[in-house]
Amino acid sequence: MDDRLGIGSRWQALILLVALGVLTIPIVIGYLWIVISTFSQRTYGLVPVDASGQPGGLTLRNWSFLWTDPNIWRVSLNSLILALGLTVGVVLVSSLAGYALSRISFPGRRIFLGTTLVLHAFPSITLLIAIFFVLRWISGIPVLGRGIPLIGGFGYNTLGGVILVMVALQLPLGIWLMKGFFDQISWDIERAALIDGCSRLRTWWQIILPQIRPGIAALSIFSFISGWNEFLIPYTYITDSQNSTIAAYLNSLLGDTAPVNYSQVAAVGLFQLIPVILFFIFTQEYLLSIFAGGTKGGT
Amino acid sequence: MKVRLENLTKRWGSIYAVHDINLAVDDGEFVAFLGPSGCGKTTTLLLIAGIYKPTTGRILFDERVMNQVPPKNRNVGMVFQSYALYPHMTVYENLVFPMKLKRVSTTEMKERAQRVADMLGIAHLLERRPGQLSGGQQQRVALGRALTKQPDLLLFDEPLSNLDARLRLSMRAEIKRLQIEMGITAIYVTHDQVEAMTMADRIAVMKDGMLQAYCSPDELYERPPTLFIAGFVGNPPMNFIEVEVVQRDGIYHAQRPGFDLPLLPERGAQAAGRGRVILGIRPEDVAIADEGIAGEVYVVEPLGRDDLIDVRIGDTHVHVLADPTLNLRLGDPVTLRFNPKKIQLFDPETERSLLWT
Repeated sequence: MDDRLGIGSRWQALILLVALGVLTIPIVIGYLWIVISTFSQRTYGLVPVDASGQPGGLTLRNWSFLWTDPNIWRVSLNSLILALGLTVGVVLVSSLAGYALSRISFPGRRIFLGTTLVLHAFPSITLLIAIFFVLRWISGIPVLGRGIPLIGGFGYNTLGGVILVMVALQLPLGIWLMKGFFDQISWDIERAALIDGCSRLRTWWQIILPQIRPGIAALSIFSFISGWNEFLIPYTYITDSQNSTIAAYLNSLLGDTAPVNYSQVAAVGLFQLIPVILFFIFTQEYLLSIFAGGTKGGT
Repeated sequence: MKVRLENLTKRWGSIYAVHDINLAVDDGEFVAFLGPSGCGKTTTLLLIAGIYKPTTGRILFDERVMNQVPPKNRNVGMVFQSYALYPHMTVYENLVFPMKLKRVSTTEMKERAQRVADMLGIAHLLERRPGQLSGGQQQRVALGRALTKQPDLLLFDEPLSNLDARLRLSMRAEIKRLQIEMGITAIYVTHDQVEAMTMADRIAVMKDGMLQAYCSPDELYERPPTLFIAGFVGNPPMNFIEVEVVQRDGIYHAQRPGFDLPLLPERGAQAAGRGRVILGIRPEDVAIADEGIAGEVYVVEPLGRDDLIDVRIGDTHVHVLADPTLNLRLGDPVTLRFNPKKIQLFDPETERSLLWT
C-alpha cells in the first residue's frame, strides 16, 4: 500500500493518514450530530438529552413525518421525477451536442462553444424573472403547457417546466464535459468504424458511446444529484405543494413564525440524503474510473 | 481491383494537402506512398477510403467513379498506425464487426474469423480485449479485421511505425506474404523508405502534396528523377557535391577545388556547359582505392558490417562505406574511387535529374 501511494515508509503514510483524519473530524462530527439529533428530543453537544437536560430522551418523533405527513412521499416522488428527467435530458442532449462539437466542423462552432461557457458562468438567479415569463408563455400552449401526465407539462408551476429550466442551466457544463470525453477518442477509431461499414450515427452509438461510458456515468450522477437536491428553481416556479420537491419541503419547515424544530429538519435532511448515499455507493466505481484516467486501455 | 486517381486534389482553405495527383494501381499490385510527414500521403489514403471527399479530380475503382460513394460502400479494409481497435469489444468481436454490418451469416462469420485468426497466429487471443494485448498482437488483430471482410482493396497507414524494430521486420515480411497470397490490391503509406523499397511493387514518392515519382523500387534507387528522391531513398543517404562539368581532351570532368572526376561521356554530356550542377553518388558506390581523389578521414562511424567513413575532400565531405578491417583512423589520408556508372547529376535550380526525366 505504501508503495502505491508513492510514499517512502509505512510511518510516513501513517502520519499522513492521521493528519488527514484530524482535518476531517469537524465534518464527521457534523454528520454525526445530524444522525444523533434526529433520534433525540434535544442534544447537548453530541449527547442526546431529554427536556430536563438529563442524558436520554431518545425518540422517533422527529421521523414521524414519514407516516403522519403523506405529502413527504408525494414530494419525494416529485424529486425523483425531477432528478431522472434532468438526467435523461442532460445526458441525451450533451452527448449528442458534445459529439457534434468535438467532431464536426460547422459554421459558428467556435462561437457556440464560447457562448456556452459564458452561459455556464452566468448566475442562474439573475435569470429567474426572465424564465418566469418564458414558462408562463409555455403554459399557454395546449397540451405541452400543462397537459402531460406525470410531469404536468412544461409550463409554469409544473415539474416539466422545472426540468426544462434545469436542463438548460446544466447543459453548458454537460456539453463541455462530453466534448472533452469525445475529444480523447482517436479519429482513427471513428474512421475505422466508417470504413468497416457504419453510418455516422451508428458509429456514435456503437463505437464512440461505449468508450465514454465513464463520462456518461459521471454526468448522470452529477445531474441526478443536482436534480434531487435543487432548491432554487423548483421553489421559485412551483407554487403548489402537490408539485413541490423535497428541498422545498425542507424549506417549508423553516417557517418564520413558528419555532423551528431543528431535529425534525435534520431528519428530513437525512431522509433526503439517503438516496444520494445509496446512489454513490453503487456508482463510485465509475466515478473513480474517471479520476483514474478515463477510458485508457479499454473498459 | 484497379484503382485510378485522376487529377486528385484536396484543399483545406488555401492549403493544398494533395495537389493534382495522377496514378494508377493495377489489380493485385502493392503500391507504397512514400514521403516525409505532412506530404499528403495519408490524406490521399483517406481520400481513397472515402473519409475525405476530393476537392477536384476523380477516384476510380476499376471503371467506377467513387467520389460520392460513402466509405462503408467501398469495401476497403484499412489498417491504422494506432491500430484503432474497438476497445470495448473482444478480439473476436473486433474481427467480425465489419461482417456483422454486412449481414454475413453467423456460421460464415465464425469460419472466416477463425481462418484469419489462424493465419495471423492470434487464435488463442480471441476472447481477450485489445487493452490486454501487446502492440504487435494488436496490429495483427487490426490486420485481421481488415482481412475478414474480404476487401477489394487494402489500405495501410504506417501500420508498423509503433512497433519495435524486430517486430517491424517480421510483420513487414508477413504483410507482404499475405498480400501476395490473397492477391488483394494494396496501398501502403509510409515514411520509411526501407519499408517502401522492400514491400512495394511500385512506389509513389510524394512531397508537399505533389507526386514526385511513381516507379519501381529499383528504378527509384538507380535512376532518381529528382534531388529530393535521391536524398530520401537509400540509407545511408546519397552524397551531394556541387561541381562544374567541363570537357577537357575529349573527356568530361566534374570539377571543384581539390576534386576532379572523369565522367562517362553520355552522362557528362548532359551536364556540360550548364555551370554549377549537383553530383550525387551513394556511399556504397565510392570505394577506398590506391588511386583516385585524395581526401582525409574526418569521422568514422562503425555500422557493424561496414564502417561509414566521412572523408573530407577540400572544403566538402563525402560519406563512404568501407571495410572495417581497413582500420581507418581520424586524419588518415585516403584516396577515393567513384563508380562512374553510378554517378547522378542534378540541376540545382529545378532540382531535377539531368540524366533521367
